[in-house]
Amino acid sequence: MSAPILSLRGVETRIGRYHILHGVEFDVPEGGLTMLLGRNGAGKTTTLRTIMGLWRASAGEIRFAGRDITRMSTPEIAMLGIAYVPESMAIFADLTVRENLVLAARQGPPERKRLEWIFARFSALERFWHLPAGHLSGGQKQMLAVARAIVEPRRLLLVDEPTKGLAPAIVANMIEAFRELKDGATSLLVVEQNFAFARRLGNGVAVMDDGRVAHTGDMAQFAADDALQQHLLGLGMDAHQ
Amino acid sequence: MKRDFIPLLLVPGIIIAALPLVGSSESWATLTLAGLAMGLMIFVMASGLTLTFGLMDVLNFGHGAFIAIGAFVTASVMAGLAPWLKADSLWLNLAAIGPAMLAAMAVSGGLGLAFERAIVRPVYGQHLKQILVTTGGLIVAEQLIKVVWGPDQITLARPTALRGAFLLGEIAIEKYRIFAVVIGLAVFAALSVTLNRTRIGLLIRAGVENGEMVEALGYRIRRLFVGVFAVGSALAGLGGAMWGIYQETVTATIGAQVAVLVFIVIIIGGLGSVGGCFIGALLVGLTANYVGFLAPKVALGSNILLMAIILLWRPQGLYPVARR
Amino acid sequence: MLRTLLSDDLPRSRWLAAALLAIVIGLALAPFLFPGAKSLNVAAKICVFVVLAASFDLLLGYSGIVSFAHTMFFGIGAYGVAIALTRLGSGWDAVAMGTVAGLASAIALAAVIGLFSLRLRTIFFAMITLAVASAFAILASQLSDVTGGEDGLNFRLPAILRASMSFADTPLFGVRLNGRLLDYYLVYIVSLVLVLVLLRIVNSPFGSVLKAMRENPFRAEAIGYRAVVYRTAASCIAAAFAALAGALMALWSSQTNPDTVLSFDIMIDILLMVVIGGMGTVYGAAIGAVLLVISQNYLQDLLLVANKAFAGVPLLPDLFHPDRWLLWLGIAFILCVYFFPTGIVGRLRSD
Repeated sequence: MSAPILSLRGVETRIGRYHILHGVEFDVPEGGLTMLLGRNGAGKTTTLRTIMGLWRASAGEIRFAGRDITRMSTPEIAMLGIAYVPESMAIFADLTVRENLVLAARQGPPERKRLEWIFARFSALERFWHLPAGHLSGGQKQMLAVARAIVEPRRLLLVDEPTKGLAPAIVANMIEAFRELKDGATSLLVVEQNFAFARRLGNGVAVMDDGRVAHTGDMAQFAADDALQQHLLGLGMDAHQ
Repeated sequence: MKRDFIPLLLVPGIIIAALPLVGSSESWATLTLAGLAMGLMIFVMASGLTLTFGLMDVLNFGHGAFIAIGAFVTASVMAGLAPWLKADSLWLNLAAIGPAMLAAMAVSGGLGLAFERAIVRPVYGQHLKQILVTTGGLIVAEQLIKVVWGPDQITLARPTALRGAFLLGEIAIEKYRIFAVVIGLAVFAALSVTLNRTRIGLLIRAGVENGEMVEALGYRIRRLFVGVFAVGSALAGLGGAMWGIYQETVTATIGAQVAVLVFIVIIIGGLGSVGGCFIGALLVGLTANYVGFLAPKVALGSNILLMAIILLWRPQGLYPVARR
Repeated sequence: MLRTLLSDDLPRSRWLAAALLAIVIGLALAPFLFPGAKSLNVAAKICVFVVLAASFDLLLGYSGIVSFAHTMFFGIGAYGVAIALTRLGSGWDAVAMGTVAGLASAIALAAVIGLFSLRLRTIFFAMITLAVASAFAILASQLSDVTGGEDGLNFRLPAILRASMSFADTPLFGVRLNGRLLDYYLVYIVSLVLVLVLLRIVNSPFGSVLKAMRENPFRAEAIGYRAVVYRTAASCIAAAFAALAGALMALWSSQTNPDTVLSFDIMIDILLMVVIGGMGTVYGAAIGAVLLVISQNYLQDLLLVANKAFAGVPLLPDLFHPDRWLLWLGIAFILCVYFFPTGIVGRLRSD
């Protein structure tokens, strides 16, 4: 296994008076696709937001590509090559699809080849290129949020529940896109509730429970261990969709 | 939201509705021009305030200070260039009024930077303190104006070429109002182009909607905010200069007085929306002039009524900005 | 006894207790300690402004609401009494009617503004109240048939409160026992009672709910529409006290005009009083009011000294010009918000 591109050690996060993360520890290997799983409220979204600097870790260390990013500001972290797709998508509704992507491309206008690659997977974006993003459907907004994160090559992608409410055909495209990204130079950390999707996609897994990481390891192994899934993810998840 | 045209119809609607009420079409035309001029001057002052609110949730209750400073700086520069103002040449007049307005913008903008750093920055995110401290800033600024320019009101002579009116048939058109309309529209056009056609403008619009996501894309929104704050202060200075020349006198409280209209306008428009601010300003200017003609005693009350009606219709203002 | 009177809200600081005692006794004996029309006027103004500032603190300090319309309610109370005394003659019935009318209008207006805009955010409420108050001030100066316009109203007080009314032929400790003196004690006692009632209100369960909502907006949101009801109630109570303070002001000065009861300058004064004195304590408002009214009337003398001392130096004499006292208080205000958000009372209590 290559050196991890991202590693969290003993990360604690408090939001107001609530203590959400109690010493989170896991690695995302370079060129890997790690799924971050866990029940509702386990702290997955908070973990992504803490990595991104949107919540400040009160203790612990987050390292990205060998650098300590724990105290860096959000824009600094983004400039190091981390892209973030939040659960709420947070597309800019007032801006057109084109404008959303133009903003996301920091190094100048988006490259034609890259755009074509994105359009091949998410054709709706090309169709509604000049439409305000607020007028897109929920699934199309999700595509735009992902497209915004990959419009330029990034080293690490943090994605929060990309398949929520998506049609199966789009999910398949999404999986394909993530795989191709992984085969390029991008590592991914994806939060997911849908285990069927997670097991098709990921090659590593970290499972959170109550603000801690309860299990890390290989996806194939985890997928084969029904008892462990039952224990960590509970019955609430449709493990065999 | 881009497709919401109903508020756009309000301005022509109110202009047409006023015609039968006013009666004489000559007075109506004069009042309409006066209303548009007043509205555009308020728009110039209000545009920056609404953007800084949208971007960082900061509302500067001391905004009136920049309006007043702009008016006073213009008065000083114009006093220095008095011979050019008195000359009977449009070009010499403009050569005096132009630098005066630019100086107003420069001084207000520069002070805006200082104000942002000293007064606003320490209280980001704390609304109560923000209101208190920026109001305190207004108090101190008004007093400092009195220290620098003296406690009495200053008269400001309009340049020769912008005095008086010309007749278009029976309709008297005051020249300065045309001048104000032209500058106001130019500012609106410049802001629109910046917001819709430039990368900075995209960033501002995106930041107004969701500042956190703009940061997650790798942009420093604070830096953007400081820039917008400075530009907004400079525009307040420009608006103050225009207003001062219009009134032909300036007093230290001019800012606080006009700031009330500015607040009404940005509430009507929807906090954070430049387009809403533009429509709101025209509505306020027109209503003030029509009502001022029809029932002079309740002219300022009419703006409150206008605000109440619009808020009953759209509680967040004409163009509510997403998420807020 | 004292504990009950103060609603269990004791000063909790020896210096604060001493200062408050000095204020209460000083004001009680003011006509005898500081004879003269000017100082009696200052003392009466202090009484009225203590009520006005303390009622504003119910909003700013206890509820975390910024209203720029407090002066408007003060003015409504003052104009209520003034109009009644002008129209109905100088009897106590007119005073009563004017006070009740002013109170009712103030409460009704506060309720409308509150229900309309308190569900919105702090900033929004501040802006709306600013707009409404400034429109009201202009309206009051325009409707000259009712309000006397810019000149305001001059009216005669009930006979017993006039200077011409004499209660004894011989002065007591050199002070003439006349209607003016009675008027002062009327203002003093009513103000004292109003402040004690306010103390009771802020220390009641109602006051605790307000404070809890200020501390924890999430909780305020959780109780939903009732938060608006609570805040509107606070706003109405504050308006009622402001109107009563206004009525007292009219009864003291026997004249009312936009400058003295409606101008934005008074709003600034109230803000300075509450913030410098200490937000969230009725005592802070009291200390702030005393400090501000005194500096309004006497800081100028001090500045004049500095002004003379700097004569010849550029700019400095202007900065220390006697008319620039508000500059220095404004700076003190900003520094207070940054460094001493609990104001003078907070400093005294933390020592």
